[in-house]
Amino acid sequence: MATLSLKDVRKTYGKTDVIHGVSIDIADGEFVVIVGPSGCGKSTLLRMVAGLEEITSGTIEIGGRVVNTLEPRARDIAMVFQNYALYPHMSVFDNMAYGLRIAGVRGDDLKARVAKAAEMLDLSTLLDRKPRQLSGGQRQRVAMGRALVRDPAAFLFDEPLSNLDAKLRVSMRLQIKDLQRRVATTSLYVTHDQVEAMTLADRLIVMNKGVAEQIATPMEIYDAPANMFVAGFIGSPAMNFLPATVTGSDLLISDGSRMPRPAGLQDGGVILGVRPEHLTRSRSAGPGTLTVRVLAVETLGADAFVHARLGESGSEDIVFRVPGHDRPAEGTVVSLAVDQDKVHIFDAATQRRISGM
Amino acid sequence: MNRSTFPHRLLPWLLIAPQLAISLVFFYWPAVQALWQSMLREDPFGLKSRFVGLQNFQKVLAEPAYINSIQVTAVFSILTAFFSMAIALLLAVQAEKIVRGRGFYRTLMIWPYAVAPAIAGMLWLFMFNPSFGTLAAIPRALGIHWDPLLNGTQAMGLVVAAASWKQISYNFLFFVAGLQAIPKSLLEASAIDGAGPVRRFWTIVFPLLAPTSFFLLVVNTVYALFDTFGIIHAVTSGGPGKSTETLVYKVYNDGFVNLLIGSSAAQSVILMVIVIALTAFQFRYVERKVHYG
Amino acid sequence: MAEGMVGTSKRSIALGHFLLILGCVIVAFPIWYVTVASTHSIQTILNPPLPMLPGAEAAQNYGEAFSGSITRIGGVSVERLLLNSTVMALGIAVGKIIISMASAFAIVFFRFPLRMACFWLIFITLMLPVEVRIMPTYKVMVDLGLIDTYAGLILPLIASATATLLFRQFFMTIPNELLEAARVDGAGPWRFFKDILLPLSATNIAALFVILFIYGWTQYLWPLLVTNSNSMNTIVIALRKMISFADADTPWNLVMVTSVLAILPPVLVVVLMQRWFVKGLVETEK
Repeated sequence: MATLSLKDVRKTYGKTDVIHGVSIDIADGEFVVIVGPSGCGKSTLLRMVAGLEEITSGTIEIGGRVVNTLEPRARDIAMVFQNYALYPHMSVFDNMAYGLRIAGVRGDDLKARVAKAAEMLDLSTLLDRKPRQLSGGQRQRVAMGRALVRDPAAFLFDEPLSNLDAKLRVSMRLQIKDLQRRVATTSLYVTHDQVEAMTLADRLIVMNKGVAEQIATPMEIYDAPANMFVAGFIGSPAMNFLPATVTGSDLLISDGSRMPRPAGLQDGGVILGVRPEHLTRSRSAGPGTLTVRVLAVETLGADAFVHARLGESGSEDIVFRVPGHDRPAEGTVVSLAVDQDKVHIFDAATQRRISGM
Repeated sequence: MNRSTFPHRLLPWLLIAPQLAISLVFFYWPAVQALWQSMLREDPFGLKSRFVGLQNFQKVLAEPAYINSIQVTAVFSILTAFFSMAIALLLAVQAEKIVRGRGFYRTLMIWPYAVAPAIAGMLWLFMFNPSFGTLAAIPRALGIHWDPLLNGTQAMGLVVAAASWKQISYNFLFFVAGLQAIPKSLLEASAIDGAGPVRRFWTIVFPLLAPTSFFLLVVNTVYALFDTFGIIHAVTSGGPGKSTETLVYKVYNDGFVNLLIGSSAAQSVILMVIVIALTAFQFRYVERKVHYG
Repeated sequence: MAEGMVGTSKRSIALGHFLLILGCVIVAFPIWYVTVASTHSIQTILNPPLPMLPGAEAAQNYGEAFSGSITRIGGVSVERLLLNSTVMALGIAVGKIIISMASAFAIVFFRFPLRMACFWLIFITLMLPVEVRIMPTYKVMVDLGLIDTYAGLILPLIASATATLLFRQFFMTIPNELLEAARVDGAGPWRFFKDILLPLSATNIAALFVILFIYGWTQYLWPLLVTNSNSMNTIVIALRKMISFADADTPWNLVMVTSVLAILPPVLVVVLMQRWFVKGLVETEK
C-alpha cells in the first residue's frame, strides 16, 4: 500500500529525449493506465519506475521514499510482463514462490501465501504444472499471481494482455480490474489499446513521443481532450477533424456549410472536432448540418459506421454512427445534424483545444 | 531491443578473468613468442641468438624436407577428407532411406569418434601388422609385398585408413543432420516431375547438401592437419624415410627432437597462417549458410 | 513417417540395410578386433589369423593387467594411467564448462568497458591451436613449474572459444523479460545464474560435457609434451610407449587389454549419452 509519485522524470539516450519530463502523483490504491501508440515511451516510463531503466533526471517516489537509484528488488514493486516471463523450468508454485523465497519467506507462511494468491486467481489445481503445460490465459494468471503473492507497494503491468486472443483479453481485463479493487494496490498499467485503457483506469496518462499529453480520468479525457492527438487517440472510431474558419456570426467549414459561431473565439482558422457518435441524420439540410455522400458502410450489428465524403466536391472524409437497422445506401447523399454541445474547437497552429463543452 | 543487463561493474571482470588469463598466458604470449623466435637464429650451442628477419622462412621454404612435408600433408589430407566424407555420405544416404533400425546403426557408427587418433592408428597397425596382423593377409593375397613399416606408400595407406576410419562417425552425423534438413516436399515435387532416385540424389539432394559438405571439408582439413599428429606419431613416427612426415609432425620433430628452434618457430607461424585462412574461409561460409536460411 | 519416402523401392531399402551393415562392420571391426585380441593368449595373437570370437584368456589377461604386469612394463600401474586420463578428461570438461559459462555470462548479461574486445580476444584463440605454438607454450609450462602436474595437463586446455561461443549464443536466446522478472523478484546476478540460467542450460552442459570429455581423453600432443615422468602419463601415451614393433618381447596380450581400457571409457560416455552427444556435436560446430 503506497502512493507513487513522479516529479519531472526524464530520460535521454545520448542527445535524444525519450521521456520529456513526466509528473504525476498517484494516490494509494489508484489504478493509472499509461496509453499511447507504440514508440511513445510508455514502456520506458514504466521500466524506469521498476528500476529496469535508469532515469536521467527527476524523482520517483514509492510510498514517500525516493527510489531513483535503487535496484528493482529494493523498490517493493511487482511486475507483470507482456510475454509473462515465467521461469520455464519451475512449476507454477515455484514461479509464484520465487520472489518470496528470495525475500526469506519459508515454510507454512510461504505455502499459505502462495495458496491464497492461487485461490484468488483460480490456479489452485495447476500449482504442480510447468508453464509449457498451461494455456495462454493460465500463464497470464500465473504472471499475475507472481505479482500478487508478494503483496508489493505497487503493481506494474507492461501490456499484460496483448498476447491473448480478443475474447480472453476482455475477460482478463475484467479479472484484473476486479482483483485490483479487492487488493487495492496502487497500479501502473501500460497499454496501446485505448479500450483497455478506458475500461481499466481510474486515471489515464496519454503519451505521445515521450510527452504526457494529458493526465485525467477517462471521462474527462473523452469529454475534454487537451489537444488533437488525445482527441484522435481516445475514442473509436476516431474523432472527425474538419478545417474551419471563424468569421462573422458563423463557423465556416471547408465545404461551405455553416455552423453557429461558438462563444469566445477570435476570427481565423480553427479545426472543428466532432465524434462519430455526435453526428445524427437529419431530414433537412441547412445551417448547423453537414451534407455528405456515403462511401462505405461498416455494419457491426447494433450499430453501423458510415464513411462519407463531405460536400458535393469536398475532399474531407467523415465517419458517423447510425443504428444498425437504419443504414444509408452507398452513394446516397445525406444530411447530418451536428450536436452543437459536443463539438470541440482546436487551434489550427498549436492543435490545442480552445473551446467546446 | 537492447539486451537487459545487470548494473554491476566489477563482477563481469571477475567472471571473465580466468578465461582471459589463460588465453593470455597460454595462447597469446606463446603465439607472440613463436612469431618472435621465427625471426631469430641461435648459435649451434644455443647460447646466443640474433635477429635474422625472414631468413628462417626463406630457409624453411627452400628446404627439400619441408617441400616433401607439404606434399605429404596435401596427399594425406586430400585422401583422408575424400575417403571419410565419401563413405560417410554413402552411409548417411542409406540411413536416411530407412526408418527401422536407424538408431541402432547410428549407435554402432559413432564409436570411432570416441577413440583417440593415436589409438585409432595403433588399432589399424595391430590389424595390418606384417608379422601378426590378421588382415595383413589381404594385401598379401593380392600379391603385394606388405610391409608398411618399410614401404612409404603402404605406410601412407595405413595412416590414411586409420585417419579416415576415425572421422567417418563425425561426417556421418553431420550428413544425416544435413539430409534431414532437406524439405521432403522438394523430393516429392521432383518425384512428381518424374525424377528417379539417382537423378533425385544428384539434382536435388547433393546440391542442397553443399553447405554441409563445404563445412565438413574445412573441418576435415583442419583435422587432417592437426588432430592426426597422434596417428603419425604412434604409427610411423613420420617414416619410413619421411614418407609420412606431415607439417605438424615436422614442427614437433624439428623443435623437440632436432632442437631447431628458429626453424620450428617459422614452421609454426606458417601453420598459424594456414589456420587463420581456414577459419576465415569457414566463417565466410557460415555467413552464406545464414543467407541460405 | 512411413518406411520408405517417395519412391523408395523395397530393393533400395534392402540395399540400404546391406550397405549400412557393411559400414557398421567396417566401422566397428577394429574395436571388435582389439577386444577379441585382449581375450587371447600372446601365442594366439602372434599366430594369425586371430580367431574372430573371444577366447578363454580374458580373465587372465585383465587380471594380469590389474595385478602389476603393466607396472612391470612402464613402472606405472594401469589404475594410475586410467586415473590420470580420467582426471585430465574430467578436469578439462568441467574446467572448460565453468570458465566458458562464466565468460559468456559476463559478456551477455553485463555491460563493461572493452566488453567486445574481451570477446574478440577469446574468439581469436580459435586460430591458435597448440600445434602452432608448441615450443613457447612448453617454455611457459617449464617456467611456471607445470611439467608433470595435473594442472599442467588441464589448465592450458580449458580456455575455449568454442564453448564460450556456444553459451553466448544460448544465453542470447533467453528473453530479456526473464532477467527482468528475476530482478524484480529480487534476484541478483548469482541467484539469476544459479536458479535460472544453470537449470535452463542443463542440456547444453550435458552435450558439451560429452564432447569435452572425449576431447580431453583423446589428447595426445599436449600430454606428450608436458609429462616426462611415466607416473603422469595418460593411458593413451603409456600405450604408445608400451609398443615396440621391433621388439619381440612386447607383451601383446597386455597391449590389447590396455587398448581396450583406453577406448572403453570415452566410448561408454558417447554411447550412454548419445542423445546429448549428437546434439552437442552438431550445435557446437555451428
